[in-house]
Amino acid sequence: MHVFQRSKALTIAATALAVAATATGCSSSKSSAAANVDSNAPVTITVGCEPPTSQAQPRANWLADVAAFEKLHPNITVKSDDANPCDDPTTFNAKLASGNMDDVFYTYFTDGPNVVASGQAADIQQYASQINNYSSIQQSLLDVYRDGQSSSGDLYGIPTGNYSLGLVYNKALFKKAGLDPDQPPTTWDQVEQDAIAITKLGGGDIGYADYSAQNTGGWHFVAELYSRGGTAVSADGKSANFDNAAGQSVLEFLHKMRFTDNVMGTNQGLVYNDLLQMMASGKLGMYVGDPSTLTSMHSQYGTAYDDLAVGPMPGATATLLGGSGYMFNKKDTPEQIEAGIKWVNYEFETSGIGQFDYQRLSSQNQPVGLPEPDLWQGAVATADNTAKAKYANIPTTNFTAYVNALPSMKLIIEPPQAQAIYAKGDAAMFAVLSKPNADIPGLLKTFAAATNTILANAQ
Amino acid sequence: MATTINVSAATAYDARAAARARRRRVPLGRRLRKHGTGYLFILGAAVCFALFSWWPMVREVIMSFQKTNFAGQTKWVGFENYRHVFADPDFWAAWRMSGLFTLFALVLGFAVPLAIAVVLNEMRHAKGYFRLLVYLPVMLPPVAGAFLWRWFYQSDDSGLFNMVLHDLHLPTIQWFQSSHELAVLCLVLFSTWANMGSSVLIYLAALQGVPGELYEAAELDGASILKRVRHVTLPQLKLIISLMLMLQVVNTMQVFLEPDAISHGVNGTVSVVYQIYDYAFSSLNFGNAAALGILLMLVLMIFSGIYLKLARSVEED
Repeated sequence: MHVFQRSKALTIAATALAVAATATGCSSSKSSAAANVDSNAPVTITVGCEPPTSQAQPRANWLADVAAFEKLHPNITVKSDDANPCDDPTTFNAKLASGNMDDVFYTYFTDGPNVVASGQAADIQQYASQINNYSSIQQSLLDVYRDGQSSSGDLYGIPTGNYSLGLVYNKALFKKAGLDPDQPPTTWDQVEQDAIAITKLGGGDIGYADYSAQNTGGWHFVAELYSRGGTAVSADGKSANFDNAAGQSVLEFLHKMRFTDNVMGTNQGLVYNDLLQMMASGKLGMYVGDPSTLTSMHSQYGTAYDDLAVGPMPGATATLLGGSGYMFNKKDTPEQIEAGIKWVNYEFETSGIGQFDYQRLSSQNQPVGLPEPDLWQGAVATADNTAKAKYANIPTTNFTAYVNALPSMKLIIEPPQAQAIYAKGDAAMFAVLSKPNADIPGLLKTFAAATNTILANAQ
Repeated sequence: MATTINVSAATAYDARAAARARRRRVPLGRRLRKHGTGYLFILGAAVCFALFSWWPMVREVIMSFQKTNFAGQTKWVGFENYRHVFADPDFWAAWRMSGLFTLFALVLGFAVPLAIAVVLNEMRHAKGYFRLLVYLPVMLPPVAGAFLWRWFYQSDDSGLFNMVLHDLHLPTIQWFQSSHELAVLCLVLFSTWANMGSSVLIYLAALQGVPGELYEAAELDGASILKRVRHVTLPQLKLIISLMLMLQVVNTMQVFLEPDAISHGVNGTVSVVYQIYDYAFSSLNFGNAAALGILLMLVLMIFSGIYLKLARSVEED
């Protein structure tokens, strides 16, 4: 087993190097590799987001990967940091400023632009060609870590995981309500009709539910706004852009579902885990979520994968994109940056090893077959999907509608100052879900005013 | 009474002046040699206070005039943070929420523990058992208690309170959704349940200090239990009651756990401290957070100052 893993790792690393060598850089001027870097000099890097001891299997995998990586690169020592949560907003900036951030540190997509703007991350554009499958990584994901989030900006990080919101639905309830469990609704009107059918089952079944507290309400408002062709902020990022027909349609639809159709239950002010719990207990028909929530429901509540499925975000034209990746401390030496890229390549950017070691995951009964992370496009994506399909241990057909719709959909990143805007959005979402006579134009106006204040304050 | 206070104050003043004069006569080096260990102990405490209490306060005042997110460049912005905080559409709503919470907490959270302490003090049997019962919620981790109460308040029939109402064939209540006032009251109910144990124990301890002969005299005069409470217990507890009242206001104006863990800030239950948290950790706008923190501190300082002055003048009268 050990010999197998080593030879496998060597083969994959050699392939990765070959791919990296042929990969082309992006549009920046700094596309060549850094000069004067001794790639064989001993170097130590600290890396964030090691799985905690409470997650025994992922941690064991991580440690095994570190050991295999260090054998492959004897001059590199990887020191893992298991501070969890990996990206804690309460300490993130303080750690950055105090110089306590890891050499290779984990960030959510929403933090990337702030870190770039703060000048605390290293510009890795000149090392970009060393990133495995660089030219195949989805541009929208790379742009998150580019200066100004524009494809012409320099690169400051490497995306390692992503999700796009869709419609999570309960196949068992669909069947019970006489709906086709393999045909999820693809428009909001269909969502409404299906929700009515499910609620009619009685016994406390709820057709559709949504969030309205702890910033999750604002998050879903923005995602649903995207699905209706809206955007949260103006093109220059300086003002709110939802006090309009698109914003109004989001709130009016929810209000109608809650008080006219009565398909959203009476319990409001729901937060992230509430919807998972409701779906897992078999009482909820649909909610906006991403495929990874199925894994959470399965592991936390033992829900059978067969009962759960994901369809595209209703409207099937645009949805919210989120995820995470690694950035490099501005104090890193060129040797540390190169070593860090090699580690990120090994653990996160190569099909068949690290997070994409489907054979290992399958043998450990970890879920294989989820459509995300979905980092690549073209031939690399096809090859990875083939490898994944070979070891899939969850019903991948339950994501077919979602997977088929994504390529033609616009994937939109979260707005600047996302969490602050989401916090203000909760009030509007809660009001339409709890007040029969909610003043929707007034709510939008207040929300937009608060968003404008946040954006002005951040500049 | 007033004369006695003035005489003792004058005596104390003379004693302090004499001590100062004595200290002046002893050279510093000799004093340090003689009391070196004591000064070292004081130094340790002073350093701890300076580092962990005073410096953060000074830092907060400074930060309230800066634009900083710790990571980027820090800029001096004068009163801009204060202007932003005042211009925030949620500014007054947060103060209203904290004020209403404090008001409800004064009615419930202040009166209930005092009443329970008086009743417990009058009990002849099972006093220890009831004392333990009242104190138990204090031993429960506050967040665990908050989650428990969040379930109690579920709006559908799965919440404990609505389950009971349903079983009694009474209409169920949407605790956090029907009105802002009810939402705040729900939070105060939890807060009273969770915190009254400590207050009850303090009142009980104070009640032990009330001379028994006062009650005996009142009983001989034919005073009922209510009259004994009004004319003996309350006047005897005046000092502790006034102290507890001030602490209660200062604590409840800083309410955070309840709206954060139970109501999640819905229906206007975002308090001032919750707002500070949001500025700091949702917007990463530490300047605004510091400015609002300073405003809250000023309000509480002014309240405490006025309250102490009033309490002192009432006492002197």
